[in-house]
Amino acid sequence: MRGKTEEEYDVIVVGSGAAGGMCAYVLACSGVRVLMLEAGRDYDPVTETPMFQLPRDAPLRAAGTPEKPFGFYDATVDGGWRVPGEPYSSASGADFMWWRARMLGGRTNHWGRISLRMGEYDYKPHSRDGLGFDWPMSYEDVAPYYDKTEMLIGVYGSNEGLENTPNSSPGVLQPPPAPRATELLTQKVCGDQLDIPVIPAHLAIMTQRQEAERLSRALWPNNSLAQRVTSESMRSRAACFYATDCGRGCSIKANFQSPTVLLPPALATGNLDIVTDAMVREVTVDSRGRATGVHYIDKRTKLDEHVRARVVVVAASACESARILLNSKSGAFPDGLANGSGLVGKYVMDTVGAGVSGQIPVLENCPPHNTDGASGMHLYMPWWLYQEQARGQLDFARGYHIEFGGGRRMPGYGAFGGIESLTKGSYGQAFKEDCRRYYGSFMYFDGRGEMIPNQDCYCEINPSEVDQWGIPTLRFHWKWSEHELNQARHMQHTFRDIIEAMGGKVLSAVQDDGANAIARPGQIIHEVGGVIMGSNSKSSVLNQFCQSWEVDNLFVTDGGCFVSNADKNPTLSIMAIAWRASDYIVEQLAHGSIG
Amino acid sequence: MNDEAKEPTQLPVLDQLGLEGSIPMDRRQAIKVMAIVAASVPSLGSCAPEGSPDATSASAARLMSTPKAAGTLWDPDLVNPVVPWERILTSDELESLAILCDLVIPADDRSPSASEVGAQDFIDEWVSAPYAGNSDDLVLVRGGLVWLDQQAAKRFGDGLRFQNLSAEQQTKICDDICFLPEAAPGHEEAARFFDRVRDLTSTAFWTTQVGMDDLQYIGNVPLAQWDPPPPDVLRHLGLA
Repeated sequence: MRGKTEEEYDVIVVGSGAAGGMCAYVLACSGVRVLMLEAGRDYDPVTETPMFQLPRDAPLRAAGTPEKPFGFYDATVDGGWRVPGEPYSSASGADFMWWRARMLGGRTNHWGRISLRMGEYDYKPHSRDGLGFDWPMSYEDVAPYYDKTEMLIGVYGSNEGLENTPNSSPGVLQPPPAPRATELLTQKVCGDQLDIPVIPAHLAIMTQRQEAERLSRALWPNNSLAQRVTSESMRSRAACFYATDCGRGCSIKANFQSPTVLLPPALATGNLDIVTDAMVREVTVDSRGRATGVHYIDKRTKLDEHVRARVVVVAASACESARILLNSKSGAFPDGLANGSGLVGKYVMDTVGAGVSGQIPVLENCPPHNTDGASGMHLYMPWWLYQEQARGQLDFARGYHIEFGGGRRMPGYGAFGGIESLTKGSYGQAFKEDCRRYYGSFMYFDGRGEMIPNQDCYCEINPSEVDQWGIPTLRFHWKWSEHELNQARHMQHTFRDIIEAMGGKVLSAVQDDGANAIARPGQIIHEVGGVIMGSNSKSSVLNQFCQSWEVDNLFVTDGGCFVSNADKNPTLSIMAIAWRASDYIVEQLAHGSIG
Repeated sequence: MNDEAKEPTQLPVLDQLGLEGSIPMDRRQAIKVMAIVAASVPSLGSCAPEGSPDATSASAARLMSTPKAAGTLWDPDLVNPVVPWERILTSDELESLAILCDLVIPADDRSPSASEVGAQDFIDEWVSAPYAGNSDDLVLVRGGLVWLDQQAAKRFGDGLRFQNLSAEQQTKICDDICFLPEAAPGHEEAARFFDRVRDLTSTAFWTTQVGMDDLQYIGNVPLAQWDPPPPDVLRHLGLA
């Protein structure tokens, strides 16, 4: 790694994940000199990804542990809901879980690859139902960046033209993989009996190799450098070979992760330097209140370093970015940088999650066949009750989509654990035959729903705790509203209905109290908000280009800028919004209006 | 992998391998695909703009480096996993456990028994792990093995241990503890023990190659394309 080579850069980017990676790629391709700072270690998916390794090759058959909550082979390094030496806390009753990944590429290495666009309703939710906030821009403003992001990273899916479920432009999406048997069965039952649409999912996984020349020209019509590095990068990626979980990362680069898709072309421009193990603690400002650079702790030496730039982009993940701003106190900004509104750290949102699993008799003794597929789902259910909601027929205001799966997947830790309710405690030959019979007959349904921002969900600096780098830590506060709790109950009841319509037996609890159904705050790892954008400096921290109202050369381009958290998993929108913000930074730098 | 990486490395990868239809690649072919992709990476450096030699070398150097995992529990070597903790169970405990594992999953004409694929060793690995839940399981398993010997002596004669009993006698004891909701009063803890051993034995057995073969799991093989489910599957589900 070359590390820092210059005294002052055009732009410092804090973070290397979805937002930081995208900003670095767009800025470097546009000729801007960028220094990226990443708090975790260097990481190379091409050489470090465990492709094909089996559960039996790993400790505890790859079961989750406190250090590897998603299992041994999960790509996350030095991360999870606990990071050694980097504590956080929750106020009484908040119980927030904060997932971090201290590695190049951050959480893009292990994420679910689910890439759903927010739609026109999702950008103007307050206008629709009077709750939460509208975004300062519309879907139409961001749509071109969704197209560009999907073309760049490679997304499979289809255009179904359903309500608030946007189509991509022609030639953008890759073909979705054929549905698995369990998915076809669910589609038929949901269509015939429940009127729930089941359509191809959108995942950032390539079902075919990218058309490098066409795409790179479309993405960068007048930029030969960007075309060259982008097409070279695209040519180095292989299509999915339908084996190995995407959560491990991908050594053949068939799915999207920042270190295989965004950082290599950005580096190839020659305009990007990366420093890893650099834990940013503060953005510095000059006497005019303009950002001048950042302080970071070099984790290897434990020494404080300072680097300078004309523009600072904070993309450290929503809550970490809020933490950096709140810890950047100065005479001009006594309550933290860019916090004149008092809103930094406020309106943190996660996704509403609830699930139900079941056993489906018709799936027993199914003829053996390969069901691995693209590891993630091939089909899903978008929210389908917009009209009922608009008519006031539901007791929650926003929607959810359904992720589901099952079938003859690879046996792993926990195989046939807890099936006594079906087998009445069989053991011996009877148990062995029960396992054969029930193998592949289990399915799960998970809801992922929109949370409405509220004043009780926020993070702040805990004045009495620092981490091992001497940086004050975060304390979280949380309270769901009835909208989220009622939605979680509706999810579980819907999933019970689906399982029963399939002739199956529900195996997990179905709650009538949403508080017992809903996942813990932070557990779905879709935390956004905390540095919200808006239409004025009183009610928001950032403008629609992720630019601070108060410090015009400071940007926060990650999920922190979200003012609503639609049921659409946030990563794709984070990247589209970061690209849009990066174009704006390039323009402003060119005009000399910032920096 | 090194030899293969020296081969010409022009992509497209799958086309180059001459794969058509859904013919599965074998593991060697898949590794070859990975090797080719890995070898192609440094070429990114060579496409840096002319006149910026620093960029070229720096990019190539960064991408060719192989950052090593720290080898800690938070950052283990994922490609070559090791179990970093010592095993705790005694050889006598393992012997008793093996008998119980085989009572849970015996050999039949399709596959061997649980102990033949080392289920007791996996349970040893499990209960020896440095986590609270696993330490709880250590107590549960150790206590349960002692309880089995006590039951053997109590029900079938002084001095007898569980391992000395006939299969029929062993089964009599297991029948009382195999289903927690119906466990006899005073047998609840033993039923929890049996339940845990059954779950761990099941994990141990079905995750081995013989276990996966027995279930006819046929994934984890790279495919050149993904096809819809076969017709017999669709017929089975009433979808044909």
